[in-house]
Amino acid sequence: MMGEVRNFRVWRGDADGGQLEDFQVEVNDGEVVLDIIHRLQATQAPDLAVRWNCKAGKCGSCSMEINGKPRLGCMTRMSTFEATETVTVTPLRTFPVIRDLVTDVSFNYQKARELPAFAPPAGVAPGEYRMQQVDVERSQEFRKCIECFLCQNVCHVVRDHEENKKAFSGPRFFIRAAELDMHPLDARTDRKDLAVEEQGIGYCNITKCCTEVCPEHIKITDNAIIPMKERAVDRRYDPIAWLGSKIFHRDQLDRPAGHTTTGVATAERPASSRQPDAGSPSTPAEHAASHQAQGEISMNWHREAPAGQAAPVGSDGRLPVTEFTGQMAGAQSPFGDDVPLPLPVDDINYQHPSRTDEG
Amino acid sequence: MTNIERHNYDVVVIGAGGAGLRAAIEARLAGKKTAIISKSLFGKAHTVMAEGGAAAAMGNVNSRDNWMVHFRDTMRGGKFLNNFRMAELHAKEAPDRIWELETYGALFDRTKDGKISQRNFGGHEYPRLAHVGDRTGLELIRTLQQKIVSLQQEDFAATGNYESRIRVFAETTITELFVENDRITGCFGYYRESGEFVLFEAPAVVLATGGIGRSFKVTSNSWEYTGDGHALALRAGAALINMEFVQFHPTGMVWPPSVKGILVTESVRGDGGVLRNSEGKRFMFDYVPDVFRKQYAETEEEADRWYTDPDNNRRPPELLPRDEVARAINAEVKAGRGSPAGGVFLDVSTRMPAEVIIKRLPSMHHQFKELADVDITKQPMEVGPTCHYVMGGVEVDPDTEAAAVSGLFAVGEVSGGMHGSNRLGGNSLSDLLVFGKRAGEYAARYADEAARPVKVSPAAVNAAVETALAPLGRGEGGESPYALQSELQQTMNDLVGIIRRRSELEESLARLADLKERIKKVGVGGGRRYNPGWHLALDLRNMVIVSECTAKAALEREESRGGHTREDFPKMDPSWRRVNLVCSLRGEDVQLERKPLPKMRPELMELFDRAELSKYLTDEELAEFDALAGKAGA
Repeated sequence: MMGEVRNFRVWRGDADGGQLEDFQVEVNDGEVVLDIIHRLQATQAPDLAVRWNCKAGKCGSCSMEINGKPRLGCMTRMSTFEATETVTVTPLRTFPVIRDLVTDVSFNYQKARELPAFAPPAGVAPGEYRMQQVDVERSQEFRKCIECFLCQNVCHVVRDHEENKKAFSGPRFFIRAAELDMHPLDARTDRKDLAVEEQGIGYCNITKCCTEVCPEHIKITDNAIIPMKERAVDRRYDPIAWLGSKIFHRDQLDRPAGHTTTGVATAERPASSRQPDAGSPSTPAEHAASHQAQGEISMNWHREAPAGQAAPVGSDGRLPVTEFTGQMAGAQSPFGDDVPLPLPVDDINYQHPSRTDEG
Repeated sequence: MTNIERHNYDVVVIGAGGAGLRAAIEARLAGKKTAIISKSLFGKAHTVMAEGGAAAAMGNVNSRDNWMVHFRDTMRGGKFLNNFRMAELHAKEAPDRIWELETYGALFDRTKDGKISQRNFGGHEYPRLAHVGDRTGLELIRTLQQKIVSLQQEDFAATGNYESRIRVFAETTITELFVENDRITGCFGYYRESGEFVLFEAPAVVLATGGIGRSFKVTSNSWEYTGDGHALALRAGAALINMEFVQFHPTGMVWPPSVKGILVTESVRGDGGVLRNSEGKRFMFDYVPDVFRKQYAETEEEADRWYTDPDNNRRPPELLPRDEVARAINAEVKAGRGSPAGGVFLDVSTRMPAEVIIKRLPSMHHQFKELADVDITKQPMEVGPTCHYVMGGVEVDPDTEAAAVSGLFAVGEVSGGMHGSNRLGGNSLSDLLVFGKRAGEYAARYADEAARPVKVSPAAVNAAVETALAPLGRGEGGESPYALQSELQQTMNDLVGIIRRRSELEESLARLADLKERIKKVGVGGGRRYNPGWHLALDLRNMVIVSECTAKAALEREESRGGHTREDFPKMDPSWRRVNLVCSLRGEDVQLERKPLPKMRPELMELFDRAELSKYLTDEELAEFDALAGKAGA
């Protein structure tokens, strides 16, 4: 297996600045980018700084940007590049450079500290934890995380916005929050609220870049961020709840009514029966509260507004003027011709005050 | 004079793998101000590589399992050279340590009734390994890491400072221990990031630095495994035992070349994977040693029945202890029946449907696909022996993990005795939990009683600074650290590898002596900030001294046992079983001494069959056993 010489460009420098340096280096069959970096160290640049440990995609140390893409150096095979292609290796962009390919990732360790740890269930002794495989699997997906921080690096919210770092924890810690939220025995019930209030999950606009770069193929966006956001949307951005908070005392509603009841409900349900309930309309108590709020204001702001529709013009671009050429007999409906009448009650903005006694 | 950052702690834990983190948790829970020194980033330690699981006789899958069976398996695996008391404590306490992890938030795979699932593993009589797919090590390290964060959150609530009682010094390497009047007074090292020096004054230091694998060329170990703790202990005046026993994992990847050494978990075999040579023969049936003949199947049919009916069939020989498997593979390759890349074939593709393979071995499947473009559901893997684990390490008191120097403790791979001549798969994760807790507890207790304040003398610090800066002072004109490392690795791999003989071992000692001199002249260019060449230059002196211990002990022990195979002495010799080889330092030279093994308590002895004991014990010991049994029977 004879090696061939390839072109490499590696960013060298430190916090004060640096530049890309060109190298010509031998590459053998089956090698990965990290092997080439090591060869550079051993032959041409003994002080070239790079982090690495396991060389097997399990420790998440050798994160770098290869031809602009965030990757693990040990998991990027040289055979994926053309023989004539110059491979450019740069440090992670989102974090401050220390030297060469090594960046200061302490941001992540700080965010880890701000997220409340697993809360063991009261009164369950060690050795008495009982959970069903199907229930632990959702959290186990997130515990596959090797903390390579590629998702943090690629996230638009912080990649070029240093100012957002204070209020935003990033995808790595959204999956940690989701993991704890979905843990069958975690005693805290406010994980989703914390995601909004403390972690800034609202900043995420679901571009799925994090999912794309995850070397463990964790479905960060679909399985963690969206479920965490859904509940957040329900509670935080529901206009009813918002209006309600204007009418009631803030502290009566800000922590939703379901807060205490959810805790009780969880405790009563056996762990195995805990359903994936993210995004579902939460507890009966909350339903009652929202009905009451609706009664107060007689308006269903929650209703989805009907989409606009084009006028049924004929091939000549004009409205039909007689019922002989129109699609239906009679004049056109002011509600739109595709709306069946009578309208379903839930779809009407107006609510008669007398209906609030129901339910 | 260089600026040196100073810290005062009650307990300093060197190493942030499973053992170090568990020790630190315990010391902090005991109220001690604790520092954790991590050579890498927090949470990246080599523990993540452990795939199979953590052995603990919880009896969740087979209720006949208990600590006595686990103890027996451990002693049998270690060929009776284990420190019996450590093996006993380990077997008794492992279940509690695993259950405790669940209260920290660990999520193990479950049985149908919701308990922690346990899997089969080489050398274990019953399914015993708590696991999470094949990433148990990651789960363990993450759980302990998160427990430490949760303790820091408690401290933040109480004091307003996350690091007031437990602090992680990431990317920090310790180069010296300080001892005054035979007591530990602290340690000294540098931050990788800045190259600045840091001094810790502390009465108690726990070594949890892992192994020595980086001294070998084909190894599963990361760059951190340079035997730092072994060497620090030696230089501080403590002793190492069993250094000749180095475990070669039978199934490391041999292709592609760049990932040579990465391990294929033994659970591939536990779940039905079989080993074949280039002729397609399932060769392990030819390599069952007499000691094990009773427990292992003789035909492929019986072996295959075992997977579904383990109570009425004997185990497949693929599940023999790993040294037996390594030796068998080596023999097949040497006989010319190896794979193109110099290993043998490990096949699951013809044994299970693809979905089952992906479910049971997710990260294995992933790893092979990503690294080698090999689909293990479609084709066999090419595997061969790989340096994996060192059984030898710091000689410690079994109950407290205290080394010979007051205030020094050692735990995990850097400690010796627990695994004897060979470690069973799954016993290392439970080892680091059990003894990590004990080391933390006793280090905290020691710190309570130790005289305060502890002070490191300025002269000692100056000497440490000088040693650390020397390679930079010599600059690029000195010997290249990379060239020296590669020569050292080649020497160890070729001459002190899986199969050893006198002439080669003698040659290795000559070469190591030469390397030792050259390492004194190692030089590097560049500055102090994150300079890997400098870091390696400082690691080299640890690597060479530990290699010398291994080579010397390997030359001395004239028998084959567990992780030590002598071609010129192929048999196990019962009289050697009573001997530990103890290495210590006199000046710069390694001294070797023979010391008797502690004698097993009678009630533990009685857990074994006489027939089995007769394979390990001398006639004299057997007579003693008979007298004992006679007394019990009468």
